[in-house]
Amino acid sequence: MKIKANLISGRTADQGAHLEAKTHKGYFDACTYCELNSADLARLGASEGDSLKVTTEFGEVVIFAKANDGNPEGLAFIPMGPWANAVLDPDTHGCGMPGFKGVPAEIEVTDEKPLDMKSLMKKYMED
Amino acid sequence: MPVIKDAVCSFCGSLCDDITVTVEDNKITKVGNACILGHSKFVGMFEHDRIEIPMIRKEGELVPVSYDEAIEAAAKILVKSRRTLSYGWCSTSCEAISGAIQLAEETGSVIDSTANVCHGPTALAAQEKGSPSATLGEIKNRADVILFWGCNPVHAHPRHMSRYSVFSKGFFTEKGRKGRKMVVIDVRKTDTAKLADKYVEIDQGSDLLLITALRSIVNGHEEVIPETVAGVPKAEILELAEILKNAKFVCVFFGMGVTQSRSKYKNGDAVSSLISDLNQHTKAVMIAMRGHYNVTGFGQVATWETGFPMAIDFAKGYPYYNPGETGANDLLVREEPDAAIISAADPGAHFPQKAVRHLARISVIQIDPYANPTTEIADVVIPAAVVGIEAEGTAYRMDAISLHMKKLIDSKFKTDEEIVKDLTAKVRELKRGA
Amino acid sequence: MSEMLIKNANVCDPVQGINCETMDICIRDGKIVESVSGSAKIIDSEGRLTMAGGFDGHTHSAGKINVGRFMNPNDARKNLVPGLSGQVARTEKTRAQVGYNTPNTYAIGYRYAKLGYTTICEAAIPLLAARHTHEEFKEIPILDKMGLSLFGSNWQVMEYIRDKEPEKLAAYVSWGLRASRGYGVKIVNPGGGEAWGWGRNVSGLYDPVPNFDVTPAEILMGLAEANERLQLPHSVHVHCNNLGKPGNYATTIETMKLFEKINPSRDRQALHVTHVQFNAYAGTSWRDFETGAPMVADYVNGADHMTFDLGQVIFGPAITMTADGPVEYANARMLHEKWSNQDIELEDASGVVPLFYSPKSFVNAVQWAIGLELALLVKDPWKVMFTTDSPNGGSFVNYPEAFTYLMSAKRREEVISGFSKMAIDRMVLPGIDRELDFYELAVVTRGIQSKMYSMPEKGNLKVGSDADIAIYDILPGQIDPSTEYAKVKKAFSGAAYTLKDGEVVVKDGEIEATPKGKVYWVNAKVPANIDSAMQKDIDVKFRKYYTVSKSNYMVEDTYLQKPVEIATEGVF
Repeated sequence: MKIKANLISGRTADQGAHLEAKTHKGYFDACTYCELNSADLARLGASEGDSLKVTTEFGEVVIFAKANDGNPEGLAFIPMGPWANAVLDPDTHGCGMPGFKGVPAEIEVTDEKPLDMKSLMKKYMED
Repeated sequence: MPVIKDAVCSFCGSLCDDITVTVEDNKITKVGNACILGHSKFVGMFEHDRIEIPMIRKEGELVPVSYDEAIEAAAKILVKSRRTLSYGWCSTSCEAISGAIQLAEETGSVIDSTANVCHGPTALAAQEKGSPSATLGEIKNRADVILFWGCNPVHAHPRHMSRYSVFSKGFFTEKGRKGRKMVVIDVRKTDTAKLADKYVEIDQGSDLLLITALRSIVNGHEEVIPETVAGVPKAEILELAEILKNAKFVCVFFGMGVTQSRSKYKNGDAVSSLISDLNQHTKAVMIAMRGHYNVTGFGQVATWETGFPMAIDFAKGYPYYNPGETGANDLLVREEPDAAIISAADPGAHFPQKAVRHLARISVIQIDPYANPTTEIADVVIPAAVVGIEAEGTAYRMDAISLHMKKLIDSKFKTDEEIVKDLTAKVRELKRGA
Repeated sequence: MSEMLIKNANVCDPVQGINCETMDICIRDGKIVESVSGSAKIIDSEGRLTMAGGFDGHTHSAGKINVGRFMNPNDARKNLVPGLSGQVARTEKTRAQVGYNTPNTYAIGYRYAKLGYTTICEAAIPLLAARHTHEEFKEIPILDKMGLSLFGSNWQVMEYIRDKEPEKLAAYVSWGLRASRGYGVKIVNPGGGEAWGWGRNVSGLYDPVPNFDVTPAEILMGLAEANERLQLPHSVHVHCNNLGKPGNYATTIETMKLFEKINPSRDRQALHVTHVQFNAYAGTSWRDFETGAPMVADYVNGADHMTFDLGQVIFGPAITMTADGPVEYANARMLHEKWSNQDIELEDASGVVPLFYSPKSFVNAVQWAIGLELALLVKDPWKVMFTTDSPNGGSFVNYPEAFTYLMSAKRREEVISGFSKMAIDRMVLPGIDRELDFYELAVVTRGIQSKMYSMPEKGNLKVGSDADIAIYDILPGQIDPSTEYAKVKKAFSGAAYTLKDGEVVVKDGEIEATPKGKVYWVNAKVPANIDSAMQKDIDVKFRKYYTVSKSNYMVEDTYLQKPVEIATEGVF
């Protein structure tokens, strides 16, 4: 079951606390998830901790599911970082700022596991 | 056991300067008054993945080299390059930034700061409408209505509310939280929103619509407002406008929700206009929640040295400024730079994939204390001292007040300032030899 | 030991009463001396006009100007005065330059030096933001610098005045100068900065400041008394209440009168009033607005206790920047212009608004005339300092243009001929024939500053003074500035030579060298017991109200480039 959501990224305290420890597992844990309203998770057939594949016009990324009922339905949040950036909009529309908030995304459950930071970055070197 | 008082925290734009630091055997073992971010900065640093020695990528792997070899390799990249992007320079001192600007000027590079992905649109907004602002103490001492628009201080500036805003007590605000109204406007109920007296949830990407509606009401034209704007019922918008107009002192704090959402810099432009309109009824100011502890400092130094706060292109020998063309992400997405020097920031982690892909293709020099995603794609890596802990220097708080960060412990690492100086000298030497 | 001999200099040095006499000037190790040896380097001035380096005693060039730069990137490309504005690529000797009204720091240094100026005084330093001013100072090449620290809406100041604690007030002023490394006491719209904290203003000298129970008049007198008790080198430097309002000339004269009873503790004025043009307006609204300069000049002519500077308007784009917050908001709303504001906790306000002075606007035309009326109606040039309040009235790079207005009635007529009848009816300038000569020009651009700021080594070419010298490509005996004003403007736009501490920094209008200038600041001694008592009071302020720690507040030594500490001793 695929759902459509409008994806945003942003800061979290945990992500910030690992800003200078990005090679640590703590950073991976702090950034490699997508928060959705429980109703959206139910629609996906996903539970917290399941792997989700998020696909946008710009790429795809596998992250873990997390519930956040502070999110209205249809809003997906991934903490800022390399996982979120795999799928966000590079176009600055002539003003310098890329599209970090408000990218249409498709989300579905997947068997794939999220890549760790180094593996994710390695893909850039291979492209 | 020396306890250093009033140390300046070099993490976020709050730039708290009341940190107490306990140093034992040249290691920080305890901090007082710091939040989770500050704690990570001061104490966590000894557990973080420090870049111990300079490295050069040879056949796909980073191998250790001497400092001089790394400087020479980096200088060669810069001298050979026809279009260098110099990026970052925000988690470092003003003194280092000044050196970086001089280096960019001498090499005809484009130099940009993390504002490119943060409050760059706020600079554009200020350039359209101005920046009606105040220092944080004005908020502490006077503000009775505090509006957080598109920002989440509980997570991004954890001590902000107690030190400067909602919970603080000042001369005219002895009641602290009880004497204040806290309003949060966001697209989802964040941890900050949970603390608000009034939380207004808006449709994603509709900030400009709501700000415009508020302006209409403040300017006496509520009749033009439709039944719903930005997903918010008219009655609620009217109520919000009344709260703002009837305040003694309103401060709008704003963040990435305003700068990164649809309409980008036009949102900040509209907030500035709203503040100007509100001042017809009450006292109102706006303050941008700057992320990194010295991104404001980059803006200040760049502005006085080059006339522009960011995205400065020195290709013609004089500063040329055109965000949208000369911004870091603009350049990378156009695949224009053939080299990059990255310091005190991490585009590998924080830039969208297309920009990172190009960075991975070109020669990248990294100057940083810590290994991070940019290290994974860097070609020359030079370790640096942690500014604010191992190196002193100046930083600017989000409200443009500067403080001098102390050196708290010794380290074997060179400072950003020194590295940039050595690099500049080497570049000059190579150019002379050519 | 480096020696230089300037031969055949046609010296105009009003401080020594020298009016275009040809003589040699001897320089050794950066100072003017009686004589030099035969191995001295020689510059032959060839009879050209030689003055002490210019001294801009009131300019916004470090600190608040950055807000102006930031919000007006469009200024960077403006090249309204070729050679002194616009974008210039870096060279071997010079960093890249931009700007017109708000040039970058390097351009400020180079361009002032090209005009033959060697010292500048930053008009307003907020105590809490002083470090920023000094950071910019460090990046301004060549020039010697100093700054005036803001005290006029400061909570501690107002409380000490309200509670009648003059000794602790003096101790606080001393501490504030040390904290900000300032040179003198600046007062802007006294009390108004605090009222602006609530979006209000004070309406005149006797309108009490909300919540503080003091009037602007009391603030002025309290700070004046402290200034004299501390024997500071400069008098208080005042931007009057009601700036920019038709009818404000009355407030200005009232303010000047207040100071008749102040006894200066040094050989100088008791009061300096700044950019009086903006405060010499008559009429009751913009409809009946007209010049108030004759009334102000009349008073100044009969007064012997004060000096003032012009704040001359230059037509074209300008950027207003001032601690007078309410004025800037009003400007922005009236002119539909972008508006920046920065209130400083416990201390003061500020605003920045770009605008445009047009000869077609009768208001702007009259403003332009008022500055010149003040300069020409006040008989004694030793009361007058030339400024444009750069960039409020216009950029300093227009000084040579402005000199032609002062020296040539014909030039003034040319400009006035472009005005509407309405404008001409509201000014008295067309009826004024007086033209300043080079001697008087030297007074208002370098001579008066020597005394005003108690800096005997500046603004003159006495033996013992700093060898800061400007040689202009003018033969004084062979030029009639009244008709040949174009030549005068050209000569003052690019000095034949500018020397700084005896080193040639400008030659034929181009930068030769970029040494670092000094920064002057005042350290006023106060008895330890009074200082301690004062410290207890400000400790409370830091603990409860400020958002920075007291230990992080003071500008540290590392921010001072070639500091010159001027010590004074208070009288308690």
